[in-house]
Amino acid sequence: MFGKKKNVDASSVATEGENAIANKETAGLSQGQIVRRRFFRHRAAMIALVSLLSIVGFVFSASGLHLGDEKNPITIPGWWHHSITDLPELQLCADGTMGCPTLDVLPPFIDGTGVQIGEHPFGQDDIGRDYFALVMRGAQQSIMVMLIIGAIGGLLGTMIGAISGFFRGWTDAILMRVTDFIITIPVIIVGSVIGFRFGNLGVVVLALMLGFFAWTGLSRLVRGEFLTLRTREFVDAARVAGASNARIVFKHILPNAVGVIIVSVTLMMSGAILLESALSYLGFGVVAPDVSLGLLISQYQDSFPTRPWLFWWPGLFIIAIGLCVNFIGDGLRDAFDPRQRRRISKKDREQARVSKREAKAGA
Amino acid sequence: MIAYIIRRLGAMLIVLFGSTFLVYNLAANMGDPLEGLRTSSEPNAKQQIINLTRELQLDVPSPIRYFLWLQKALTGDLGMSRTGQPVFTQLADAIPTSIRLVAIATLVSILLGLSLGIVTALRQYSRLDYSVTFYAFLAFSLPIFWFAVLLKQYLAIGFNNFLSNPVVTPPWLIGLGLVSALFWAGIIGGNRLRVAIVFVGAFVVTAGTIWAMSASQWFLYPGLGPILILLFGLGIAVGITQLSTGVSNRRTLYSALSVGVFGLVAYYPLQWVFEQEGHLLNILLSVGAFVAFAIGAAYAFNKVDRGPAARTAIITAVLIFIIILIDRYMQTWDEYMAKDAINFRPVPTVGQYNDLLETGNFWITSLNILMHLFLPTVALAITGFAGYTRFSRGTMLEVMNQDYIRTARAKGLTERTVIMRHAFRNTMIPLTTIMVGDIVGVVGGAIITESIFGWVGMGSLFRGSLALFDLNMIMGIALVTSMLAMIANLIADLLYSALDPRIRIGK
Repeated sequence: MFGKKKNVDASSVATEGENAIANKETAGLSQGQIVRRRFFRHRAAMIALVSLLSIVGFVFSASGLHLGDEKNPITIPGWWHHSITDLPELQLCADGTMGCPTLDVLPPFIDGTGVQIGEHPFGQDDIGRDYFALVMRGAQQSIMVMLIIGAIGGLLGTMIGAISGFFRGWTDAILMRVTDFIITIPVIIVGSVIGFRFGNLGVVVLALMLGFFAWTGLSRLVRGEFLTLRTREFVDAARVAGASNARIVFKHILPNAVGVIIVSVTLMMSGAILLESALSYLGFGVVAPDVSLGLLISQYQDSFPTRPWLFWWPGLFIIAIGLCVNFIGDGLRDAFDPRQRRRISKKDREQARVSKREAKAGA
Repeated sequence: MIAYIIRRLGAMLIVLFGSTFLVYNLAANMGDPLEGLRTSSEPNAKQQIINLTRELQLDVPSPIRYFLWLQKALTGDLGMSRTGQPVFTQLADAIPTSIRLVAIATLVSILLGLSLGIVTALRQYSRLDYSVTFYAFLAFSLPIFWFAVLLKQYLAIGFNNFLSNPVVTPPWLIGLGLVSALFWAGIIGGNRLRVAIVFVGAFVVTAGTIWAMSASQWFLYPGLGPILILLFGLGIAVGITQLSTGVSNRRTLYSALSVGVFGLVAYYPLQWVFEQEGHLLNILLSVGAFVAFAIGAAYAFNKVDRGPAARTAIITAVLIFIIILIDRYMQTWDEYMAKDAINFRPVPTVGQYNDLLETGNFWITSLNILMHLFLPTVALAITGFAGYTRFSRGTMLEVMNQDYIRTARAKGLTERTVIMRHAFRNTMIPLTTIMVGDIVGVVGGAIITESIFGWVGMGSLFRGSLALFDLNMIMGIALVTSMLAMIANLIADLLYSALDPRIRIGK
């Protein structure tokens, strides 16, 4: 036995060392703590989270909140002094174009003018509306669509998937057929029909309706997860101990399925932003006079050669939001994946080897 | 097996019924087709309302109206669209256009995504891996209609402008060289010296090639000629052999190399064949001849293990034929550019076909179609291949951790055999299901792409029919797309069980 131990080669020392690092990190922590710790260590995801939160904060505080219908609006004003309905005079620029952006981030020694935000940092559109206000409003709409679709789709998908996975039999057959009904129609076709009907009722209604059709993929995933989890020993143990169905679902199965749910809801949300902007681009989403990023792009795509700022800003905001959400989703997936190990750096490996040698010497 | 397929087809009919019912009721209630007439001040507005109500059966509630539609649809009659033409013929015209739009793009994104995904999986946590991951997330959040405008401006118009004075400036030379150098140095593993050699080599080769192309006015008068075709052919032969069996397998290498030489020998006869009538058939027959020669060569050089050798030779033959075809198109390029309708601006930004070009010449006509495909294909492929990259990377990583990979290595197989034969094939299995599903999903995505590039296919039909409340048309499109989706699903499941013996269907 001892002879065998002596013959351990270098590579397996390294693997054992890696295991030791991984085990030492997670010793004595609950599953939730491990996940949280892994997520907070995921640098890209943390950068994305901070950026997303700052984008959301910036956008919502700039344009304020406008809810309710025309008769009795609920308005919380934002800090930006133009609204999307203001019609300031179109400014003539130095190069002869109309309504160019006044934002200048280059210091004077590069372009001769100072750093300034100016009256219209993102420029003005055809009729003089402040483009910063428009883009902020559009980004706000996109974020709201994302959140609402994520909430509705996530809730419905989890519920339907959980019910059909847990109860199986007829319930499962019927629910999964209904899921199939929706999943076979391309999402852009359902979206267009819904957008055509509900687009003019504002972005909240549109997002609610889209959410009612967005749950299908998630419900299949959750169902699969429930089907495997319900046969596990801990569920049997809970049942023998006399736990009710509700207790088994909420206390035993759902916490184990939450990784799948969170990750796929994140991806659903990043898809939702693109769906909304694509629908608005096609003319089946948010309609004028309301604003959305997709609508702005479709309105000003022809002015790209002459007034590129009308085209760049809405696109950049879609990309920034989508990129952040995707990176957060990636970080969450890594955090929830039990097989996932942090990349072990050379320094860690060396340290493990040293500590192993010391332990041996001590023994 | 047959019982399983029949059961699946039965389930398909139920799902088809459900999804069409859903779409019909959604679409029937999405707006009021009479709205325009109700507020109209025309004297016969009332009569028009009555006529339209009768024509569209608006007095019947939509759930019941669905069954009237279904009754006709079951006999194969999809009804008339509101523009007065039968839905069926309009669909039959539009579907090939949509497929043409997405087919090449899908193929390109699968090939690119697969290879890049596997490379990044083998070089996990490398700089290349991180950049590809970042790129993939960028592509996931990139609205294609926004990206397409950039492509139109910088790729199409920019390239057209470049052609008016095709000289590549030094900054561009250095930039392109650096991109290529970084890419190849990221792929190649090994010690620092080897990476440095690859880096410098790739930079010099890329920048040098582009400089030579620029200096010899190649961009204006492109062409390959027999010498380059021979060189390309031999290079392809060595490359494909290295991937499939390894160049140490001399017999396979010789059969592939002989195909490369055959490409040169067949070059001049092919030029004659290309001028004959019945172009498409001739091209197909020539491909057949190439493949036949490849099989013959593989059998002549190999006594045992002829299968892999034949596969290698066939892939080489097809690739070489494609290069000869490209060469033929380059010969047409001069004439094409000089046409009045082109006027030395060959990359179009919108449309699917330039009607101003004559239709008599096969090569001009097909070049016309190909050039109009260029921009949509680039847009779709660049945004599309990221998904395949992510998926194949994940699968490959999972496969590389399997016990059979360890066994293969323990047997002493070369790393190439382990990767190409044991890992790659198993990576392909789950990918097939994704591919089949995606090819269908792309038809739905074509709705956006078509409207960006001004194509007239399923997408423009759908958009038009929504605006007109053209229920029959909407139903026709929904029917086609859902049917495609379900058939693709079935094929995916069957393929899955055929490729992976561990999966049993019908249980």
